[in-house]
Amino acid sequence: MSLISTLARLEAVSTGRAQPAATVRHRRLSERPLVFVPLTTAGEAGAPLGALVGTDRDAPHLLVVPQPRDRDLRFTFLSELADVVLPYIDAYAVDVEAAERNETDPETGKRVKVEVELCANAPQLIVPSRAGIDFVRLLGRSMRFRRTAEQDPETPYPAPPRVPLLGRWLTHFAERARVPGSSLLLAMTDVLARHWATGQSTLEDQHLGALLAWIDPPGGETGAEAALRAELARDRDGQLLCPPAGPATDPAFDNKLLAPAIERYDRARTALAAAEDGLQADDRLGDLTTAEREIRALVASRTRPTWDAVWRGLDRLRELPEASRVEERWTRDRWSFTGHRDRVLAGEPPQPRRDDAVTAANKLAAREREQARLEAQEALDDPLVMAGRRLSGEAFAGEVTEVVMAYSEGKRPSPRPLVTVRTDDRPHLGERAKVFRSLGGKPQSAEFVGYEGDPEDGSALIVLRVLDKMGRGKEPEEGSVPEKGDELCFTLFEHEQRGGAKLPDPEQTPWTHGGPPGEQVPEAADALTEEDVL
Amino acid sequence: MTTVFDPGAAATEATDAILRDTLHGTARGVVVDSPPGAGKSTLVVRAALELADAGRPLMVVAQTNAQVDDLVLRLAEKNPELPVGRLHSSDADPYDKALDDLPNVRKSAKAGDLSGLAVVISTAAKWAHVKVDEPWRHAIVDEAYQMRSDSLLAVAGLFERALFVGDPGQLDPFSIVGSEQWAGLSYDPSASAVTTLLAHNPELPQHRLPVSWRLPASAAPLVSDAFYPYTPFRSGTGHGDRRLSFAVPSDGSGPDRVIDEAAESGWGLLELPARHTPRTDPEAVRAVATVVRRLLDRGGAATSERSPDAAPLTADRIAVGTAHRDQAASVRAALTELGVTDVTVDTANRLQGREYDVTVVLHPLSGRPDATAFHLETGRLCVLASRHRHACIVVCRAGVSDLLDDYPSTEPVQLGTLVKFPDGWEANHAVLARLAEHRVGWRPG
Repeated sequence: MSLISTLARLEAVSTGRAQPAATVRHRRLSERPLVFVPLTTAGEAGAPLGALVGTDRDAPHLLVVPQPRDRDLRFTFLSELADVVLPYIDAYAVDVEAAERNETDPETGKRVKVEVELCANAPQLIVPSRAGIDFVRLLGRSMRFRRTAEQDPETPYPAPPRVPLLGRWLTHFAERARVPGSSLLLAMTDVLARHWATGQSTLEDQHLGALLAWIDPPGGETGAEAALRAELARDRDGQLLCPPAGPATDPAFDNKLLAPAIERYDRARTALAAAEDGLQADDRLGDLTTAEREIRALVASRTRPTWDAVWRGLDRLRELPEASRVEERWTRDRWSFTGHRDRVLAGEPPQPRRDDAVTAANKLAAREREQARLEAQEALDDPLVMAGRRLSGEAFAGEVTEVVMAYSEGKRPSPRPLVTVRTDDRPHLGERAKVFRSLGGKPQSAEFVGYEGDPEDGSALIVLRVLDKMGRGKEPEEGSVPEKGDELCFTLFEHEQRGGAKLPDPEQTPWTHGGPPGEQVPEAADALTEEDVL
Repeated sequence: MTTVFDPGAAATEATDAILRDTLHGTARGVVVDSPPGAGKSTLVVRAALELADAGRPLMVVAQTNAQVDDLVLRLAEKNPELPVGRLHSSDADPYDKALDDLPNVRKSAKAGDLSGLAVVISTAAKWAHVKVDEPWRHAIVDEAYQMRSDSLLAVAGLFERALFVGDPGQLDPFSIVGSEQWAGLSYDPSASAVTTLLAHNPELPQHRLPVSWRLPASAAPLVSDAFYPYTPFRSGTGHGDRRLSFAVPSDGSGPDRVIDEAAESGWGLLELPARHTPRTDPEAVRAVATVVRRLLDRGGAATSERSPDAAPLTADRIAVGTAHRDQAASVRAALTELGVTDVTVDTANRLQGREYDVTVVLHPLSGRPDATAFHLETGRLCVLASRHRHACIVVCRAGVSDLLDDYPSTEPVQLGTLVKFPDGWEANHAVLARLAEHRVGWRPG
């Protein structure tokens, strides 16, 4: 943890309220996000119990699986989920603008500009916590290899028509969520914790209720009291007042309320199946409906507080103005969304279970680039974030006290002015270290020459040699050289990321990495296991 | 009958076997594990010269520009006639200026300018941008355990066969983002190049250099037991071969006593009172700086097998190692205050592959309230504890073994990944137990 975040947390403890960790919002929030609050069943990975989902905070869709181990009911749930999620995604897929992309011409091998479509906006999924992202990934994984009866008439347990497609989209969202700075799928706890520092540990920050309690303590209470209540307070029946944000549920809820309700449902269903005549069946159907309604009410009671908390978090985040470089990162999200839309339209198979060597390496390289880009952009967008970097010696700010014109040696001397900056910061400047400042949104680099004198007030005088962005002439262009009295901020980290080297194509995978992976065969759905058939 | 271990003969035997497999073997790759200071660079230079003699165009892949420049200088020293190419980046000052004095070394930012030269050397990052129609017959990959699998993927198409050399005990490569999703895959891009190579080519011959020429007889057993328990190595020198002595006698202070202990036994632990501190613990930093100051003030002299006369212990023969960059910066500032310059102060990452007479180490866990995976990493401690030819002095707060007991390793176990032994927790305990025998308690006044 950086020094500034430790300080902010200490301040949160002493004031009883979360402290701002950012002055602007570093993630895109869609005007119409799709909020998804799923619950899962204890004991089986990826067995949904229910969910609240939708774009209207006052009218969420409640989806429930009354018997979570029943595969048919699960398919019904997934199919209903697809009915909500896919139209939402489709609405963004059709609205496009023209854009250009560099592609390699297959005939000449040259890089050429190609006119392509870029979706004008992209959908955004918001889940309460990081575990929610994992659950989205798990749902995607469980659906994308399924076959519908139309795709494969022989398949023993065909999936409802749009379920495999939903699986592909959820997989894409979850995979994109691994890219630092992306906003297609966000966990509310992560975004809130990025913008506020609470007086509790980062682990405790993953509890949405406790986190919001610190950010927005209800009247008169301190954050610590409110957070403790959110985590532990129970009613007379032993149920948590603030249910966990899921997808896992509280064991007390599972044992005392959910299990008996499911058992009543099972009994009602068995009784209905054993009904001997129409009249009896009508009665027993009524019992079954009652039992089902009971489970729906239980699921609603555990998801609705989380649903409201997510929207409350959105309200707080929307109060912050969006950082200026968020738009650029969101454009990458749009490209990612458009790319997957095109792959689906082109009839490509679902994402493979495992990446091949080249894909894995490309993804890792891209994410490392995005991580470095994100860290630089957040600091450049936000003085509070930059303060943290200054405190850790990775940047310094100060006033220009002197500018001396100098020139490079060589046949065509270029300007290399020497700039002296007085700063109270303590940057870790090595010999000839490169530093950067933002000049009209572009980084201008300079080189550390040395410290000058020894001012008595404890500040330092840092002499820099400006290296570039001064035009082609012998004299620097107007405004390209700092002037005496300018307040400047230099960073020791680069502002922009260089693209990495191009990796070989998968069919050129070298012998050290197992050679070419061979032709991709369509992957079969998971084999049926005993547990699958009840 | 007892056989006397002859380090020279054992090392020669190992080197001969490696060169035989490299020059005349049929396997596409040869892997060499080298413990600290076992003559890895000497081996690389020798293999390069022999491959060049055999008329096989050779590319050499190293990990940093400093390593590349060092190799070029060593090659030129051994054979000034050999035409060597130094492929470099197009940044400012891309290579060591000393290379300009070598007539047979050609430097260029374009691989095309260097074609036809016997040996072309560059970093993995630069090689990744090179495109060739016909691959090199042979490659040497240096520091292969510090190279990431994805960077080998980017360059492996450039050569037909390769010799991979490295130290499995040093720091593993790392990535700044999570890579759990590929854990267990044979080609996990965040794993080391050698891990991936051997996962796909388990039949490749693997060799080991058995003798450390750097580490003194006092240090090799500790480093070998703690970090290489299943592949032990020996010191190339005996107990009487190296001596460290000081002209000025001890003034009885903690730093002087720990210096004497280290001069005597090769190890010294200067233990400060237990306390939770910020990373740049001012007391510990000052203690490190004071030890260095006293090392210089007391007129140290190092006697070794290299020469019969004692060599003065000068600032350039001393290094300070830390875990974090801000710690290194604080130590540098403290040294400047004491008027000490020219002593190398760096993090474990940057000290890899370097060698000094005496090292002073700020223990990675000193003063910490917790032990994270970063601080427990086996390689970090191994690097810090194996840079010295004579003595290593560790500065540390008391209570680290309790801290270790409070924080057992809790890294999740991933299916399909090779569990690395020893883990950092175990190695840290092993080192601390041995250092405790050389403890000097000190309460700075």
